[in-house]
Amino acid sequence: MNWVIPPLYAGTITKYVFVESYKATPDDIAARAYEVSGEVMIKETCFGLQITGKEEEVERVIAHIREFDPAHIYVKDRGFPPGDPRRCRANLGGARPGYFGHEYEMGFIRRIAVGLERLEESVPVAGDERKKVPEGLPVKRLMELIEQEA
Amino acid sequence: MAKVFIYPATSLILSDLVARFGHKPLGTALSIRERIQTAGLDSPPLQMTPDDAKKGLKWAAVEVPSGVRGRMSLFGPLIDQAEAAIIVNNPDFAFGCMGCARTDELVEFLVKQKNIPILELSYPADEDEGIIFVRKVRDFLTSLGGNS
Repeated sequence: MNWVIPPLYAGTITKYVFVESYKATPDDIAARAYEVSGEVMIKETCFGLQITGKEEEVERVIAHIREFDPAHIYVKDRGFPPGDPRRCRANLGGARPGYFGHEYEMGFIRRIAVGLERLEESVPVAGDERKKVPEGLPVKRLMELIEQEA
Repeated sequence: MAKVFIYPATSLILSDLVARFGHKPLGTALSIRERIQTAGLDSPPLQMTPDDAKKGLKWAAVEVPSGVRGRMSLFGPLIDQAEAAIIVNNPDFAFGCMGCARTDELVEFLVKQKNIPILELSYPADEDEGIIFVRKVRDFLTSLGGNS
């Protein structure tokens, strides 16, 4: 790659919005974001959105989106703007670097969603004081699986 | 609002929770953004340049592999300005592009040297642990003050 790339969208920020909800799809939150988009640039993706613009504008749009399903919409900063040829898979082929980290965390983010939904409950969690169970398949569970298959 | 260093520095979960509870997450994206929005002779075809491995010498010795020094040029300035830190221990995805065993150790060492409030966690393995995870993060961030 011998291109010279001038600074893109200087003075702006880009944020990822991830949605992992049974009530909302990326399409739904994109429609909601466009309602108040103002001067921001919005890109819809398979997992949610990328929003680029001045910080206060981006935060305003994100606050509006979050109201839809607060415990199932997640936001993080992104260094590159959308479509940057150094990162966009249209130029590189294959998954974008960084995708695997998102894939890993999205695999168990529903546990975080449960934590957020039950944040205000004063009842202690059963697991608060529980002993750490050693990793591996317990014999009892193995027997159950064998019986299921038989 | 406190500046909270997060590690893994690309973590969606930590970045979201820190911002959600009213503080500023310090993750790699901020360092990368600064690089790609700054004009320079390199106007880089890559976001990392050979100079980054030299900048990393501030945090890692010269015999340390250049990959670690390059990563430290991203993480080091964030650690320097951090007022608190949340670290997830041994996350699988901190081994690869984002980090390596030596970088993880060095980051943890530098954060602990700073004498700032630190929360160390593991990723939740089930829903109960998820509740505990979020509560611990919330309690930690609340203890930092500000508008969380």
